[in-house]
Amino acid sequence: MLATRIIPCLDVDNGRVVKGIKFKELKDAGDPVELGALYNQQGADELTFLDIGASYKSREIMIDVVERVSREVFIPFTVGGGIREVSDMRAILKAGADKVAVCSAAIKNPSLITEGAKIFGSQCIVLSIDAKQYEDTWHAYLNGGRIDPGIDALEWAKKGEELGAGEILLNSMDKDGTREGYDLKLNKTVSEMVNIPVIASGGAGTMEQMFEAIKIGKADAVLLASLLHYGELTIKEIKEYLNNKGVCAR
Amino acid sequence: MIAIIDYGAGNLKSVKKAFDHLKVNSKVISSAREWSGFDKLVLPGVGAFGAAAQRLNKAGFIELTKEWLIADKPFLGICLGLQLLFESSTESTDIDGLGFFKGKCVRFQQGKVPQIGWNQIQLKKDSKLLDGITENSFFYFLHGYYIQPENEDIITANTEYGITYPSIVSKGNVYAVQFHPEKSGDVGLQLLKNWVEKC
Repeated sequence: MLATRIIPCLDVDNGRVVKGIKFKELKDAGDPVELGALYNQQGADELTFLDIGASYKSREIMIDVVERVSREVFIPFTVGGGIREVSDMRAILKAGADKVAVCSAAIKNPSLITEGAKIFGSQCIVLSIDAKQYEDTWHAYLNGGRIDPGIDALEWAKKGEELGAGEILLNSMDKDGTREGYDLKLNKTVSEMVNIPVIASGGAGTMEQMFEAIKIGKADAVLLASLLHYGELTIKEIKEYLNNKGVCAR
Repeated sequence: MIAIIDYGAGNLKSVKKAFDHLKVNSKVISSAREWSGFDKLVLPGVGAFGAAAQRLNKAGFIELTKEWLIADKPFLGICLGLQLLFESSTESTDIDGLGFFKGKCVRFQQGKVPQIGWNQIQLKKDSKLLDGITENSFFYFLHGYYIQPENEDIITANTEYGITYPSIVSKGNVYAVQFHPEKSGDVGLQLLKNWVEKC
């Protein structure tokens, strides 16, 4: 049976993991390769690295990080953040990433998804959507959630699939950082609307909420950050819990 | 020496990196001119069946690979590299595969397509490829089409995704897997090690 994926997400700035990582097992909590290898050992199904550094220099350093991760960690990983053109995708994939995530650039230039899918295959292209509730629907935001271009997130998800995205990374801006649980309504609506996998992101506080995201929100995978980084939960604990609840986890 | 065929599609370097990690010598070959000095061959692959078959043809690899397979020399096909061993795929009806195995590739009709993630294998027969690897082990899969072999004797393991389909096939020294061992963590590295040392 296909397992529901648990995916740690690491924010990287200038080649260092940022946003407080607290692990006793690590010599250096800021090294993305070391942390990626640790999560692999703990049973992570995939890894996601988000380059949050805006500078050109940060991008170059990210390429080196990707190269090093791919030599040490033998599970799939996605890289996102600041991917604007096909040439950015090529550089990241060539360095050893399995997938690239696009967000703002795809809203501004939707053909980026189609071009990327045509050259590298749909399985390489993850459409990341920063969604925030607007009246009875959600809007897809730009620039790390700072700009609302007035685009309906549900229509954008459907369009993204048609354009050739192989997966949707669905971030709830309303839930992000709250630990109140994932946005189940948003997840369920998008997951039932598209025929590609949907990764739920934003709001995780407990294992029960992850179970709800999978059962009620119909998520194919869940993304986790601070809960894991602070060592409050381990991937092993989460998987045991999910297996006991009848969810297939590796 | 292991040769990994590069026909210009996707991230083929991860197979090389996995062999590097296992401290096994391998090289990536991207044209027929480089076809010498190796005794094991890997055909990896991601992307579309038709485009891959065309690129293989353009690089002059089709006939050389067919001869290699018919001579029963050590071979490992990965993902699309398994599908290409068959005669055809409904993904690209205007172009033929290598036709080493009889049968075709068809698209999943249930569930989300492509299948992305870790799925289990159920063993149909013993294989040196799977030494030390247990029934129901998880491997990383990423594909929208699956194989329908005419001869069921070649099936080494099956996987379930709405339907039951073959995820490992083998005949003599020719092995092929639908999943990505180079992305399947320790169990995947074990499978690659088995292939290098025992197959």
